[in-house]
Amino acid sequence: MDAGGVPIEILLVEDNPGDARLTREALRDAKVRNRLHVAADGVDALAFLRREGKHAAVPKPDLILLDLNLPKKDGREVLDEIKRDDGLRHIPVVILTTSQAERDIAESYRLRANAYVTKPVDLEQFLKVVRSIEHFWLEIVKLSRV
Amino acid sequence: MTPTPPGAPIEVLLIEDNADDATLTTRALEQAKVRNRVRLAVTGLEALAMLRREGPYANTPRPDLILLDLNLPGKDGRAVLAEIKVDDELRDIPVVVVTGSSAPADVVQSYRLHANAYVTKPIDAQAFLEAVNSIERFWLQIVRLP
Repeated sequence: MDAGGVPIEILLVEDNPGDARLTREALRDAKVRNRLHVAADGVDALAFLRREGKHAAVPKPDLILLDLNLPKKDGREVLDEIKRDDGLRHIPVVILTTSQAERDIAESYRLRANAYVTKPVDLEQFLKVVRSIEHFWLEIVKLSRV
Repeated sequence: MTPTPPGAPIEVLLIEDNADDATLTTRALEQAKVRNRVRLAVTGLEALAMLRREGPYANTPRPDLILLDLNLPGKDGRAVLAEIKVDDELRDIPVVVVTGSSAPADVVQSYRLHANAYVTKPIDAQAFLEAVNSIERFWLQIVRLP
């Protein structure tokens, strides 16, 4: 529902280049204009969100898609840091992970993940899931664009 | 992808004082692919009593998903949201705010209070049904609920 001129800024935190590419492709066809930024590890994601170093001029994302298993800093820690940060915690974080472990699901919601989605292994299913995320979060949800 | 075991319906708690909106939402959910059961609370106090299984609600099942209106008689939706999200027993239940308000202050405040998603109610009945269908598709078919 956030149409208009300004594209929705999405930060994808994903270390698997294949998954990042597929996500980009699925989002490219989206009805709502969006711009995807990719951080390949947890430390880079937090630097992006805090606009540190080379990220000084990046926009603040409207939506974060976060993998759980990441190099350097784990996705659970990244989630916890985002949701404890008064400047960041209003940004919806959708967990997008291969893990189906009940423990990961429960922990993610306790750490304030906005939604938990498992990545299907099948390519078509994966694209369908990303499009569902796009449809719900870009067309239906009202994001907090501050 | 679909999280629930075939037997157990997904329990949805709808917190909504407007009878027409409640009827439309319930009807849309009845037609959902995923089996679900909607329970209605018409005030914030009733919702919290249900969630805490107080008094007549001792046997009420714990909801898997909460749809929350913001403007409620008695205890406001914002206060209900805040209480759910600071309660260790309840805070992992996803809360989707579904409201007539599109005020940026309500959006950002809801996300800061850890609403899982914020959806503005379209005034048009058909658009309203589509919004509920989108909520159903994403939260009941795509998301892994805790």
